[in-house]
Amino acid sequence: MKFTDFFRRKSSGEVAKDRLKLLLISDRANCSPEIMEAIKNDIIKVITKYMEIDSEGLDIQITQTESEGRNGTVPVLCANIPVKDLKKKS
Amino acid sequence: MSEVIVITSGKGGVGKTTTTANVGTGLAKLNQKVVLIDTDIGLRNLDVVMGLENRIVYNLVDVVEGNCRIKQALIKDKRYPNLYLLPSAQTRDKTAVTPEQMIKLIDELKEEFDYILLDCPAGIEQGFKNAIAAADRALIVTTPEVSAIRDADRIIGLLEANEIKRTDLIVNRIRMDMVESGNMMSMDDVVEILAIDMIGAVPDDENIVISTNQGEPCVGDDSLAGRAFMNICRRIMGEEVPFLDLKIKGGFFGKLKRLFR
Repeated sequence: MKFTDFFRRKSSGEVAKDRLKLLLISDRANCSPEIMEAIKNDIIKVITKYMEIDSEGLDIQITQTESEGRNGTVPVLCANIPVKDLKKKS
Repeated sequence: MSEVIVITSGKGGVGKTTTTANVGTGLAKLNQKVVLIDTDIGLRNLDVVMGLENRIVYNLVDVVEGNCRIKQALIKDKRYPNLYLLPSAQTRDKTAVTPEQMIKLIDELKEEFDYILLDCPAGIEQGFKNAIAAADRALIVTTPEVSAIRDADRIIGLLEANEIKRTDLIVNRIRMDMVESGNMMSMDDVVEILAIDMIGAVPDDENIVISTNQGEPCVGDDSLAGRAFMNICRRIMGEEVPFLDLKIKGGFFGKLKRLFR
């Protein structure tokens, strides 16, 4: 146990590991901003067929999650879509 | 059956050439017939690390271009008669050789040698493509740093895409004292992030600097790095060897001994 641990500060080794993990997610996904934008626009198009959403507040990103089957983590596409009205005004 | 192994890393300066020299020499010590090929055209270094820089007559580009026979370009090691070096050209660039030429050259060498080790240049361009073209397996060298590990991850992806059957990781220049204090990623951290098998870890050891100065790889001597490299050679040959304890011997007497070394 190190003296610095008493202040619950992250050691530089842990900081490096966390930074790397985030870095590799985007490196491995190899998803350009243009592709992400295209995915986002398509999602908006599909969902607005069924409900009213806040297309400005929509946010998508690729992160990682613990996999259930395999040990380790798998990439996951996360979309945060604020819904204005669950029923579509016709 | 001969095996073609490429030693690569993506990032420069992590120890590819040192690893190639030590693993090659170690395999020769284990009575294998080995040839080391320096594929870093324009920036050759393996000859210097092996201490054979004064014996170069022909090089890789001369062989590929047909200016000489392979046998004429191969330099016999000064200590091990079953170890050879094919040096790279210093005055040409990476485009002097193509992947197809490398495959043809290595096919010829396969008849003679048990192990063909390719020292890959840094980067992912032509030189890298030349080096991996004929490889059966890869040793990925990395250090416990963010930049080196990031590049290693990219290399692993490229090797997969090129259908290299087996890739193993060497974590180089690890300092157990810093790992213990939390200021360096451990071997386990690196393996967890890169998700490939580790074939060995090599400590940051001043004996590497000394042996490179002398042009004699330290593999097999009783330094920590020398032992780590020897164990890697045994594992390459399929032997199961437990991992070394890389901690510099602690305790009061150990510290006292180090003080007076």
